[in-house]
Amino acid sequence: MAGVLVYVESDGERVAPISFELLAAARELAQSLGGDVEALVAAADTGPLVGELGAADTILEVTSPALAGYLPEAQQLVLVEAIRARKPAVVLVGYTSAGLDLAAGAATATGLPVVAYCTGLRAEGSDVVADSQLYGGKLVATTTTSTPAVFSVVAGSFAEANGHAGGRGERIVTAPPAGLAQLRSRVLGTTGAGGGAVDITKAERVVSVGRGIGGADNIELAEELATAMGAELGASRPVVDSGWLPKERQVGKSGMTVKPKLYLAVGISGAPEHLEGMHDAGLVIAINTDGDAPIFKVADYGTTCDLFDLLPAITALLKPAG
Amino acid sequence: MPEVEPERVHEDQRLVFEGMDISGGWNRMFEQRVIWQHDISALDRVTGIPGAESLGYCYQCGKCTPACPVDHVGDYSPRKVFRRTQVGADLLTSPDLWLCTTCGNCLRVCPKEVNMLQIMPAVRERAVAAGQVPAELQKAFENTFQYGNPMGEPARKRADWVAEAGAPVTILSRGPRPVDVLFFVECYWSYHPRGRDAARAFARTMATLGIDWGILGAEEKCSCDSQRAAGERGLFEMVAEQNIATLGRYQFQRLVTPDPHAYNSFRNEYPRLGGAYDVSHYTQFLAPLMAQLPWQRELPYRVTFHDPCYLGRHNGEYDAPREMIRQIPGLEFVEMFRCKENGYCCGGGGGGMWLDSFTGQHTQQRLSERRVREAVETGAEMLVVCCPYEVSRFEDAVKSTGNQGKLLVRDIIELVDEALH
Amino acid sequence: MHIAVILKQVPDLVEEVEVDSQGTDIDRDSVKWKLNEFDDHALEQAVLLKESSGAEVTAVALAADGVDQLLYAAVARGVDRAIRVTTASARTDAPAAAAALAGVLADMGVDLVLTGVQAVDDLHGQLAPILATRLGWPHVSVVSRVSLEGTEAEVTQEYSGGRMATLEVDLPAVLGVQAAPRPPRYVPISRLRQVMASAELGSAAAAAAAPALGSTVTRLAAPPQGQGAQMLEGRPEAVAEQIVALLRERGLVEA
Ligand SMILES: Cc1cc2nc3c(=O)[nH]c(=O)nc-3n(C[C@H](O)[C@H](O)[C@H](O)COP(=O)(O)OP(=O)(O)OC[C@H]3O[C@@H](n4cnc5c(N)ncnc54)[C@H](O)[C@@H]3O)c2cc1C
Ligand code: SF4
Ligand code: SF4
Repeated sequence: MAGVLVYVESDGERVAPISFELLAAARELAQSLGGDVEALVAAADTGPLVGELGAADTILEVTSPALAGYLPEAQQLVLVEAIRARKPAVVLVGYTSAGLDLAAGAATATGLPVVAYCTGLRAEGSDVVADSQLYGGKLVATTTTSTPAVFSVVAGSFAEANGHAGGRGERIVTAPPAGLAQLRSRVLGTTGAGGGAVDITKAERVVSVGRGIGGADNIELAEELATAMGAELGASRPVVDSGWLPKERQVGKSGMTVKPKLYLAVGISGAPEHLEGMHDAGLVIAINTDGDAPIFKVADYGTTCDLFDLLPAITALLKPAG
Repeated sequence: MPEVEPERVHEDQRLVFEGMDISGGWNRMFEQRVIWQHDISALDRVTGIPGAESLGYCYQCGKCTPACPVDHVGDYSPRKVFRRTQVGADLLTSPDLWLCTTCGNCLRVCPKEVNMLQIMPAVRERAVAAGQVPAELQKAFENTFQYGNPMGEPARKRADWVAEAGAPVTILSRGPRPVDVLFFVECYWSYHPRGRDAARAFARTMATLGIDWGILGAEEKCSCDSQRAAGERGLFEMVAEQNIATLGRYQFQRLVTPDPHAYNSFRNEYPRLGGAYDVSHYTQFLAPLMAQLPWQRELPYRVTFHDPCYLGRHNGEYDAPREMIRQIPGLEFVEMFRCKENGYCCGGGGGGMWLDSFTGQHTQQRLSERRVREAVETGAEMLVVCCPYEVSRFEDAVKSTGNQGKLLVRDIIELVDEALH
Repeated sequence: MHIAVILKQVPDLVEEVEVDSQGTDIDRDSVKWKLNEFDDHALEQAVLLKESSGAEVTAVALAADGVDQLLYAAVARGVDRAIRVTTASARTDAPAAAAALAGVLADMGVDLVLTGVQAVDDLHGQLAPILATRLGWPHVSVVSRVSLEGTEAEVTQEYSGGRMATLEVDLPAVLGVQAAPRPPRYVPISRLRQVMASAELGSAAAAAAAPALGSTVTRLAAPPQGQGAQMLEGRPEAVAEQIVALLRERGLVEA
């Protein structure tokens, strides 16, 4: 019983960024707890993925046609089998859709404790001390958990950069679990992003523009930034009233209520009617030339730079070079 | 659509009646005209709702149309509502159902006493029961149920404004004692930053006057008058019962509130639920005391005043706020063209406060925007109000009509406070 | 077709959430509770399925102070029955809830269990996968639409970045609902009060004991927090760099 097992997420072609964070966390834990960093990758064809997993000492590959497309039932079977076979001290799963399916499910199937919403992990003797964000981030719970145990880790908690190399990269091909022959669920199809009508209430990042943007022609500036960030455009009411952006993008009392992880308020003063629609946002950054604007009372970070200078500068930094 | 048959004519070739020969054209008679062949079940469905009967009284004189503030910015008046319903439109699913601000101006002029103040809440109640509520309004209802205020602010923060009042304020829930005046702060003065400015100015003025007063603090809940007008009678009754129980635990001589909507419900609705109080609007309470105030300076402003519908038309009080304005030293007062009984509506009543987008989609401009333009036309540099809804509405409208820098919006109590310091 | 929708109350984050004197749990007496917002969506999805397929829906919640109110609200929203489940343990974490509910649900003979995908206090994992694994049923979380075809459910599962998949799951199954296809409907308070005066809540006792957690909370505290915004100074290019660094640090944009 040793080592840290990382459940690797992918779309079948590329490893998801969260998995590199987990590999970085796993390396830190393995240094204290001892044992290897093991990466479990389950797909119809693991070929394109293993090359990206240089941070692992061993790469456990499970391939089967039944693993084409992400199916919670199939992935849980593979993860449970791997935990039983490898007996890791710690299992790390991302707090993503897959993490919501698998972490607690696999822990229950193997009788291990599970700790969710982790933003920090460290070893203490043979225990793991974890910090978890509870109550919408209003409180942090510190737990001590005896190993073996499963942890689901919030994205952005560990440096992805440390999760690309440094392992031995040995490949171990494992037979798929027998249960894959009797699945009770199937993938019918997948759709990519961008389909359907805009729904800013579900966006993880929102770039919201206010009257400070000055006119319809300038919306483009915010649009370019939003594209570079993978964000949706939001707006204060005057922007919608003026017809610079459509109604479904209005944030506030008489518009949408958004809860993104990032809310960038551009040229918005922060009237209470506007704040009503975004007070549950995670990180709030405000750009407003008026240092006394009420938006700065609710923002985490602020700047009084002119938006016309600042937006293009941020966009330029985010655009892939070349 | 109802089937319209061609007019049918009856004409007897030969007819002698009481000795008179009225054959042919002389006895020509027409059958009932087309109007009677319409299916009026849509109207019957509305007038069958208890409270909405009077819609059926309308005889299409059209007096209400120029009186209705919504028709000035859109296409809506009681006459139109009647006519559309009469020819088959379903009021329960029509946008018309949510446009009335229950301002009461139509009732003032209607010869038939078609009473939108009763019709609208009653019909809306049916729509609410059927789950047909505009989303913004639904949010306000849910917030009121969960937090006791339509904004969804924490109940515990209801009295937070007190901290920076610069004058002592007794919070009865923290230390009960008999007071002379129980001040019912209401939601917008409790939570809205501009409302809180007014609440603090009020607290300082009360201290200057040496009045023995207190507030309920976190125990106070929305009076719910506007939720009632917007069709949530059940919510109104539940919260009103809670407020009546809370008020019953404290000793006070009189109830004073800055909110004309709360004033209206305490005066006209709460007694039916067993809560009878000696209630006044804060202007009614303070106007007679103005002479006692130690004025420190003159305020050199040219001001105009907006009558709140629920203080004026609904409860007949036009003088108290004007008396206060008259006594503040230095002010020059001009009336707007539409004032007092014919005052224009800010658009916030009857649930309009929580239907901003909805109303926006069915009118050419907000009522508050039109009112701000009227205020600017008088040449006043300040629009003075005494309803908590209005500061937020008009300040927003000043910006959206491009009148920033030309017109300030102030509650009367803020001017009193300014002249005292 | 019998659907169970599992409801639970969570602290209302609009109000203050305080830590108790031991510093390891919230002060449960001062908390204001409300229905978990994801459970609210699960409830709406269940009622929509009832309306579209004629399924029978039972709302189920662990007994606790205030839970009756929540169950009455579910009846007013359109479920057929509401049941409060009593347990020997005072624990409400997901492993304890799953242990209590698994037996009760199996006895009820339900075909489909819907519950919220997560809750703000799910420190020890989410209910849907734990319950499903205990029952030996398949499960899907982060579901945003459910339809029923015979003995199967067709569901939409959402992933980050707006990607989605359609999955088919044999019943019985457990689904963790992220969002119903439409916002939860409004219940007029008059109807709620009627239901509270007339409806009867059912009850059931859980047989299973709560499992050990293997994990202890040693501290619960608010994260360090500044008042108002920290201002970023400098020329626009320098501020832009600071902002991008912040976003990368927090994994909000790709590095
Ligand atoms: C009943 C009601 C409902 C409402 N509902 C909503 C709602 O749902 N949503 C909503 O947003 N509002 C709503 N409002 C309107 C609200 O009161 C405010 O008027 C509105 O939010 C102001 O929008 P804003 O911040 O874009 O504009 P402003 O308040 O005019 O602020 C513009 C800001 O841009 C800044 N700025 C200007 N130029 C620059 C520059 N070059 N660089 C950086 N900063 C610059 C200025 O300093 C200023 O702070 C509602 C109002 C009412 C009365
Ligand atoms: S009450 Fe006012 S808004 Fe309503 S119909 Fe009458 S005049 Fe128009
Ligand atoms: S004033 Fe009265 S009777 Fe005349 S049209 Fe209007 S509602 Fe009808």
